[in-house]
Amino acid sequence: MADHRIIVAAALDGAGWHPAAWREPSSQPDRLYSPDYWLDRVREAEEGGLDFVTFEDNFALQSSDRRGPDTATDEVRGRLDARLIASRVAPVTDHIGLIPVVNTTLTEPFHVSKAIATLDFTSSGRAGVQARVASRAEEYSHIGRHDAPTVDSSSSGPAELSVTEVGAKFEQAAEEVDAIRRLWDSWEDDAEIRDVATDRFIDADKLHTIDFEASTFSIRGPSITPRSPQGQPVVAALAHAGTPYRFAARATDLVFVTPTADNAAEILSAVRTAEAEVRREGDELKVIADLVVLLDASDSNGTEVGGADPNSTGPDESAAVRLERLDSLGRPLAEATEARIVVGSASEVADVVEELAAAGYDGVRLRPGVLTDDLPLIANQLAPELRDRGLTRSTYPQDASLRELVGLPAAPPSRYAGETGQNSPAPASAL
Amino acid sequence: MTDPNKKQIILAAYVGGVNEHTLWEAPGAGSQIEFDTFRHVAQTAERGKFDYFFLAEGLAVRQHGDDFFDHDIVGRPDTLPVLASIAAVTEHIGLVGTINSTFNEPFELAREFASLDHLSGGRAGWNVVTSFDAFTGANFRKGGYLDRDQRYQRAEETVRTVKELWDSWPEDAIVADKASGTFIRDASVGAFEHHGQQFDISGRFTVPRSPQGRPVIVQAGVSPDGRNFAAANADLIFSPFRDREAAAAFHADINKRVVKWGRQRGDVKIVPSVNFVLADSTAEAREKEAEIRQQTFTPKTVRVLAEQIWNRDLSDFDLESEIPPVEPDLESGRFVNGRTYHTDRNTDVAQLREYSQAHGGLGLRDVFIATRGRSDFVGTPAEVAQALDDFVQEDASDGFVVGNSVVPSGLDEFVDSVVPLLQERGSLREDYDGTTLRSNLGIPVPERGSTTPAIYA
Repeated sequence: MADHRIIVAAALDGAGWHPAAWREPSSQPDRLYSPDYWLDRVREAEEGGLDFVTFEDNFALQSSDRRGPDTATDEVRGRLDARLIASRVAPVTDHIGLIPVVNTTLTEPFHVSKAIATLDFTSSGRAGVQARVASRAEEYSHIGRHDAPTVDSSSSGPAELSVTEVGAKFEQAAEEVDAIRRLWDSWEDDAEIRDVATDRFIDADKLHTIDFEASTFSIRGPSITPRSPQGQPVVAALAHAGTPYRFAARATDLVFVTPTADNAAEILSAVRTAEAEVRREGDELKVIADLVVLLDASDSNGTEVGGADPNSTGPDESAAVRLERLDSLGRPLAEATEARIVVGSASEVADVVEELAAAGYDGVRLRPGVLTDDLPLIANQLAPELRDRGLTRSTYPQDASLRELVGLPAAPPSRYAGETGQNSPAPASAL
Repeated sequence: MTDPNKKQIILAAYVGGVNEHTLWEAPGAGSQIEFDTFRHVAQTAERGKFDYFFLAEGLAVRQHGDDFFDHDIVGRPDTLPVLASIAAVTEHIGLVGTINSTFNEPFELAREFASLDHLSGGRAGWNVVTSFDAFTGANFRKGGYLDRDQRYQRAEETVRTVKELWDSWPEDAIVADKASGTFIRDASVGAFEHHGQQFDISGRFTVPRSPQGRPVIVQAGVSPDGRNFAAANADLIFSPFRDREAAAAFHADINKRVVKWGRQRGDVKIVPSVNFVLADSTAEAREKEAEIRQQTFTPKTVRVLAEQIWNRDLSDFDLESEIPPVEPDLESGRFVNGRTYHTDRNTDVAQLREYSQAHGGLGLRDVFIATRGRSDFVGTPAEVAQALDDFVQEDASDGFVVGNSVVPSGLDEFVDSVVPLLQERGSLREDYDGTTLRSNLGIPVPERGSTTPAIYA
């Protein structure tokens, strides 16, 4: 038995994380932009009792080339805005946390703040955001007007941002998340009073300008959206190296990392070092390992379901054979992902999860190789296996917020609570 | 039964908030932020076969001097996330949201509205507004940099660019053929390039073509520039003209401009924002309406409205008994922030004084009660249904954006009592006939790649 409960989440993107996932019999490539496709996936994850799902997003079109657009026509292209997918499923799901990826570099912090606060209202306290730093040159050329970073001439491709510039963008990202969080705090919890006797809808002393001065921008506030059920929705980030670890340590609650089979301890310690370097205060970062998973269609005892013809396609094919077959169709999974690939039975994958938990990780985020095959297997086989091992809770606690699901203190008070008369004068507008 | 010889009335539901017309003190007034409020209004409107649910946007908490407004409703949810959530709990009704083009780039606007259109099965619409004030700009990294006289140039180029992005994916771009392994037709889908005065952008758009191709464009301009902009670019105009004569003149003028810009008369629908008060008898309805105005103009509301007009602190005056005997401040920056002010302050003050003098020296509050915030359609359900129908059949408008002073339950009685009468009159559908907002509104589907004439050449 493990000595602590862990977070289990799923990362949703297109037809799955294998570039050929959309070609599987179960896949629905013509429905990837339909609301029911996303609702079905989120409900599957919810049936498995997962803590949250994330929704990928990017201002650049998907590409097999990190440095810029590609010419591929055999992989999924096109995505919907992740904030809106999360909003679309929010009122028709009940327990699971919803964490859209948001490009915080190129989206105004005021917009990010109110979108996620609103998701928190429509989901009754299940909202989070995965802050993503725009790292591809196309993202800047799509938006224009912005301080598009120059291109690193020493890099091998035409459109990759230099390390220095990405570093600056991470510095800025920490400030952007800080601004977003301050806007979430800019209304105290009980600001709305509806006091008929004094003709006051709000207690104006409980609204606060944030007057946030970052190195390259300033934001006055307060937010237009009142304080949401969680007060502070959950903030996450994906990080692969020291600079992003420090960004996460400064700004987020959760960090997704990509340990291999050999360096799990090393990466965890690098994250802890980053936390010390930035003198993080309060709760430690929840460190969550990303794993791409393909599961055998077998029961929890590892017995093959429905025979084991290694050449058959379909639900009774072993995960290893399935991966090999999918890899033969085009770009192999190993070239398409930076995360560790785990292939096997529910019990074998649970072993990997348990090892990570024993190494000190707070949880795992599973990237299903094929959403329509591996997500149901995660929900129906892996999740019960993890529960049986005592790694996860047996049911959702009643009315739990996402903060509670991931073990963060519920409803933190606004940082501005109790401050009055701190508001800045209104900037003058023309008549 | 719908009558083929009658114009079909377009109906939209508007959730009130952040102005004095919504009575948060009223019994039955619900939350202005909880999702249940928005769900209730949208589902009620869908029950009444409304064309669309309309949500405005807030980008700054209004201020009056150095104080936040506290007497009106303060605070709103974010427009598009609410509409995406409403899409989950409705099936037919259109979802139109106001989004400011000044504080969003075309790429963001295009992806968000195309996403909403996918997520609602073709029910999305964008009410394009522009803003240029430093007060709102202070909430944004880029600030309020836009010159006032540039706002329609920017709005026009924004809408044109957004349409280019929506058109960047052909209808048949996604092949998704598992056997051959072809997902997209070719590697150029989504390619776009726009080099204009306001925007210089290029790349590949990330959202495949949405069910409507181009979500519906709504606009609300009344100046000559605004009218031309709408006539050339919009599908629908959210109009401020509620008086029948003024509305009919506006309707005629817009349709003339629509033809001038190379479109067909009727291609652009016009819907004024209106309020209603219903009761079992005419007298009772009038009484109820007068009471709503009494409730609307609380002393604080009167003061803030007055200070918005005078552009100065009026706390030294008794607004119950007098019209402040001072002139408006035309020199200083805005005293009331976060609210637009279009008209001439001197003229407005002169009109208030004139009305007061003509009515035995009424105080400002009573002048407001007598002259402002009147509901447009007051009477029994039969009277209101007839008045609404006449308004549309006589070409004063093509329909209405219906609001009510009580949120969210105010729309219930309209849907229960007026809607059936409009259906009986043959002016409102018994059921949705189309699947998209465009088809329900009866407006053309623009061809991919078609362009509108540039007003600002």
